[in-house]
Amino acid sequence: MYSIPRAGRRTLCDNGLMPRVTELTVNGARRRIDADPERTLLSVLRDGLDLTGTKYGCGEGQCGACTVLLDGQPVRSCITPLSAAAGKQITTIEGIHHPLQDALLEADAMQCGYCTPGMIVSGVALLNKNPNPSREEIVRHMNGNICRCGTYLRIIAAIQKAAQSHA
Amino acid sequence: MPEQIETERYELAARPAYRFDLDRRDFIGLLGGGLLIVFSASAQERGRFRQSEQLPQDLDAWLHIGEDGAVSVYTGKTEVGQNIRTSLSQAISEELHCPIGSIKLVMADTALTPYDMGTFGSRSTPTMALQLRRAAATARETLLDLAAEQWMVDRAKLTVADGKIVSVGKSAGFGELTKGQKLTKTIGREVTVARPLGQSVAKLAARDIVTGKRKYASDITRPGMLYGRVLRPPAFGASLVKLEAETLTGVTVVHDGDFVGVAAADTHAAANALSQLKAEWKQAPQPSGDELYEYLKKTAGAAEPGEGQTHGSIEEGLAAADVKLHATYTVAYIAHAPLETRNAVAEWEEGKLTVWTGTQRPFGVRSELAAAFSIPEDRIRVIVPDAGAAYGGKHSGEYAVEAARLAKAAGKPVKVVWSREEEFTWSYFRPAGVIEVSSGVRRDGTITAWDFHNYNSGGSAIQGLYDIPHQRNVFHPAKSPLRQGSYRGLAATANHFARESHIDELARELKMDPLEFRLKNIKDARLRAVLQAAADRFGWGHGKGIGISCGFEKGSYIATCAQVEAAAADRIRILRVVEAFECGAVVNPNHLKNQIEGAVAMAVGGALFEHIRFNDGRILNPRFSLYRVPRFSDMPEIEAVLVDRPDLPSAGAGETPIVGLAPAVANAIFDLNGTRLRSMPLQSAREVPTAG
Repeated sequence: MYSIPRAGRRTLCDNGLMPRVTELTVNGARRRIDADPERTLLSVLRDGLDLTGTKYGCGEGQCGACTVLLDGQPVRSCITPLSAAAGKQITTIEGIHHPLQDALLEADAMQCGYCTPGMIVSGVALLNKNPNPSREEIVRHMNGNICRCGTYLRIIAAIQKAAQSHA
Repeated sequence: MPEQIETERYELAARPAYRFDLDRRDFIGLLGGGLLIVFSASAQERGRFRQSEQLPQDLDAWLHIGEDGAVSVYTGKTEVGQNIRTSLSQAISEELHCPIGSIKLVMADTALTPYDMGTFGSRSTPTMALQLRRAAATARETLLDLAAEQWMVDRAKLTVADGKIVSVGKSAGFGELTKGQKLTKTIGREVTVARPLGQSVAKLAARDIVTGKRKYASDITRPGMLYGRVLRPPAFGASLVKLEAETLTGVTVVHDGDFVGVAAADTHAAANALSQLKAEWKQAPQPSGDELYEYLKKTAGAAEPGEGQTHGSIEEGLAAADVKLHATYTVAYIAHAPLETRNAVAEWEEGKLTVWTGTQRPFGVRSELAAAFSIPEDRIRVIVPDAGAAYGGKHSGEYAVEAARLAKAAGKPVKVVWSREEEFTWSYFRPAGVIEVSSGVRRDGTITAWDFHNYNSGGSAIQGLYDIPHQRNVFHPAKSPLRQGSYRGLAATANHFARESHIDELARELKMDPLEFRLKNIKDARLRAVLQAAADRFGWGHGKGIGISCGFEKGSYIATCAQVEAAAADRIRILRVVEAFECGAVVNPNHLKNQIEGAVAMAVGGALFEHIRFNDGRILNPRFSLYRVPRFSDMPEIEAVLVDRPDLPSAGAGETPIVGLAPAVANAIFDLNGTRLRSMPLQSAREVPTAG
């Protein structure tokens, strides 16, 4: 369900001679990044821009802790090269203000909370696309996000609640 | 009273392997070109650690009231998702009668908090909550004394509420009375405290989690900080023969003993630098997963004195039996796989070391650092930001040592975040085990003999609460092919799996209802109560594919009912779980339910599919794409039933709720299709994840 974004137009430094600067739009603000275009978007967001709400969990797109929105689509930033994000709208947890956040708090749908930002970004992507998802649709959409503390049922309840409050 | 470690014996096996030879600098490559070749020394083991602790009884070690009335409370415990920050704050708020929002709980900082052995063994609620209650009660009484003295009124007429001392027509906030001065009192033995009110206070500081503001240790940044990576051997036990490293601009390379690591300006550069190191390793053949259980049996020594518990005579018990049964159960190694991998940030300043790391044992990690760098503990500060979970996996501090070693060489702060592969390989595992049970039972359902031998997984909860006249329960330590250590519930899961499966086998053999059979052989009223509570809510006795289990560990009682169905020819799906839990007085009902639900969800993995596969010193499935953990689609309906006992002291609740699921599911599978599965995980061990 989550596509791995291909490196787009390789405008950056295919031959190693061009400047390594990539223009990003992160949470509405334009940022110029001087970095290897093959560097992961996750590393740029966390280490370069100090947007640490996006988490490292596995480095292979299997756990969802690093999920961000690229032009509204959820992607795993740990396997997304910086070059694939060039010119796109990037939304991280720091740029999200959505009823799902309150719904998660009300449902006490977290323990250590480390997976929570990724859960929120994935959940918001779902609700944007499908404002009233069934339980099965929630499970299918969210299945790439791991919560090792096992608060899955509460997260499902919170997404359902947020869907209702948004309706 | 000293707090004793009883069950966490495997901490001793989970020592890190580094010892640095700081006088002899092997090399530290910085800037410029060139090629260096270095031959390595061997690594060494080290280590004993303190077995008990004496809590200080000076009030000001635990609690300080600021002039503004803010109550700062200090505890060495770590928040790892178990909501102990909230429940300890509740204890203080209830005892001191102040708003929970006025409390600032300072946790797990070796420079600020009293010594603490660690956050494990479900000790925080029975020990630390009680200690903080006693501190808060002492502070409350001191404040009353102070007000009576300052106002020259009868102390008996004063009351305390909402962070204020109140007299007739007069009141003052705590801060106004103390003026920010230290409360120099001793917490007396006679101090009495109240039982928890049992309110579902909302998780503290949770807004920072949903906005992404919460700083975990891996989110800490320091000025000029570099990112470190460690060169790992290709297999366990491999030793470094030769290392070639081209020095790269802006990259620090450290080779010290068997430790090889790099630090660079970002994670990408560090990974690149690591990939350019050329190392030769010497490997030795090692046992593999296929021979694991034979290996454990073969290497098991005689039980240590005190590990075995015998009542009566097994021979006599078996002679009195109508039916005898013998069965062997196995439990695989599994990984904690906390979503936040082990990590640390280390910074040296004028010979002093500060480390931020998500550990369950800040003071233990401080000791490890002191030993690794041969410096006194008072020059080291370990700070633990709330961690991205642990589940017993974050007891050791090798990542802190690694970051500190690199930082020392680089002369700059260094962050080390283990990759998921490192996490799956270089941490430690829940012990695998073999459990053999021989038993005898009379036709009327009375168990007469019980002979229970656990090889390697551990002694926790080895003694069940069945009323059996002739029994022997022995833990046999063995040689573990993999590094093993603590885990949520530790061996209680293995011992409950074997015991509760075997009890079910006896009941089925006699064609008795498994619940009725248990009740016939259990006198303990608290265990009977949870069994009944779970069975009632579940609607026991109706439907196909149902199983039950029960048990006791770390002061709490558990009973679990499960229903399963065949999702495919060789695949089981858990439909529904009801778990009744009793841990004395409930502190926070909603958070307790969350812990129980979460433990059941986590237990689904160990019960059905989690399994570390290994061969010749290599982990074969060190990734989430190869090691399946429970996901949304694996979730049954889960209902937690709280059996509240406000008349009893509160026990910890983060661990024991995990022990009941596997046997309940194994028993349900037998009920469904007549197949008795005696190995955890119950599904094919070679199953590969499908989600993602």
